[in-house]
Amino acid sequence: MASYSDKVLDHYSNPRNVGSFEKNAENVGTGIVGAPECGDVMKLQLKISEQGVVEDAKFKTFGCGSAIASSSYVTELVKGKTVDEVEQIKNSIIVEELSLPPVKIHCSVLAEDAIKAAVKDWREHNGEKGDKGSAIA
Amino acid sequence: MKRRIYMDNHATTPLDPRVLEAMLPYFQEEFGNAASRNHEYGWEAEQAVDRSREIAADLIGGKAKEIIWLSGATESDNVAIKGIVEFYKDKGNHIITTSTEHKAILDTCKSLERKKLARVTYLPVDTQGRVDPSQVREAITDDTILISVMLANNEIGTIQPLAEIGKIAKEKGVFFHTDATQGFGKIPIDVNEMGIDLLSASAHKIYGPKGVGLLWVRSRGPRVRLTAQMDGGGHERGMRSGTLNVTGIVGFAKAIEIAKTEMVEENARILALRERLNDKILSDLDEVYLNGHPTERLAGNLNLSFAYIEGESMLMGLNGSASPDLAAIAVSSGSACTSATLEPSYVLKALGVGDELAHTSIRFGLGRFNTEEEVDYVADRVISEVKRLRELSPLYEMAKEGIDLKDYFAGASH
Repeated sequence: MASYSDKVLDHYSNPRNVGSFEKNAENVGTGIVGAPECGDVMKLQLKISEQGVVEDAKFKTFGCGSAIASSSYVTELVKGKTVDEVEQIKNSIIVEELSLPPVKIHCSVLAEDAIKAAVKDWREHNGEKGDKGSAIA
Repeated sequence: MKRRIYMDNHATTPLDPRVLEAMLPYFQEEFGNAASRNHEYGWEAEQAVDRSREIAADLIGGKAKEIIWLSGATESDNVAIKGIVEFYKDKGNHIITTSTEHKAILDTCKSLERKKLARVTYLPVDTQGRVDPSQVREAITDDTILISVMLANNEIGTIQPLAEIGKIAKEKGVFFHTDATQGFGKIPIDVNEMGIDLLSASAHKIYGPKGVGLLWVRSRGPRVRLTAQMDGGGHERGMRSGTLNVTGIVGFAKAIEIAKTEMVEENARILALRERLNDKILSDLDEVYLNGHPTERLAGNLNLSFAYIEGESMLMGLNGSASPDLAAIAVSSGSACTSATLEPSYVLKALGVGDELAHTSIRFGLGRFNTEEEVDYVADRVISEVKRLRELSPLYEMAKEGIDLKDYFAGASH
């Protein structure tokens, strides 16, 4: 763990967009992924406009520095993108941005899962606007 | 230079300056090979080694000739277990040990099992890390040739009831080995009172040099025989060939001498530091759990689980990699992320500590050179780091909302 990249260290020391939105709000999608037994749990919340644009994002993460950095970076990454665009985000972009070593790639995968889970949640409690993507796994 | 605080004294210890001083002449003036029988250089070295043997044997109540010098505790454990299994293969092949032993024991046993040279019983420990001597008794069969139980655990500091186990071993006529690495020179050992037949120890855990250890092997009542695992010049009565590390041995002996003289005073001082660290942390943080035994533990060991924060992220906050302006603090974690296997600590698992808490564990290893001021500083840093990371933790937030995390995450997997 001696070889953290500067960007991981920066996100760890100064995490962006830490916090929570009201999870029952209609315009909020919440994704909680991972498990305490595995040492990683990420909560990602997206505030999505009626036009389907991510206006704001917040996160909280239990996990190693790379997990914290991955989720912190994702909150920056998703802002201003449409729901369809954020669903296309692949973990590889997180790996690249943060220079994650192979043993930390699962942190980026979890962050990708968190985005998908948050969008899915938003679609679910946002019936008519969300049904176009009801097949999201 | 950046300020650093070393609180990882189970991993290794700094050399005591008095040890260094004792070693120095043996690098250049008295550099002889202890096996050179025909000149002064050799005689000096042999004398130094034999004097060191007396000092080491004296610490544990053994005889000087029963000490075998070797490279460290790992080699010592290997020679003890493999040497016994090989020598006594006609008598039996069953070994009894515990699930929280150091890997030097566990992997040695696994290797013997794989080669079908031994059958091994790994006894469980209780929630505080102690093995139940009556379970040792029950596990003994006609085939049992060796019991190996550590003196004190390297992660949680729990001290095992060796005297009781030794008594059972004697009664049943089974050899008793102990990996004493973490307790040697820190807590009193008497191999006769404790019924120990073989004992492994290492210099660098007691402010001596790295690369030198010992195996004490009982020579009488009963006499223990070993098959050598290193062939060569027949050094150490044939039990361990290879030119002796004279400087290392002299340093080890000096470290033992100091440990013996200062043990009582030092233990009291280190225990007070540990309590100070523990009290400060607990007075400011909730949901912090002690791993290991509350009293039957090494004075310098404090192993705490900080619920809802992951150990590696905690280390990152403490070790200075993310905060170049602060002192770099050296401690360890039982978190999976800090291990080569990406599995959380098998020791904490054996205690029944859930994986979710094992991931949050931090081991503080206090030693001879730690100060009250360092303890206060580390406690403050730990408290502020835990608070910061809990603000970042979804688990902390959920727990505060009254969500049962076990229920919530039931079915979630790696």
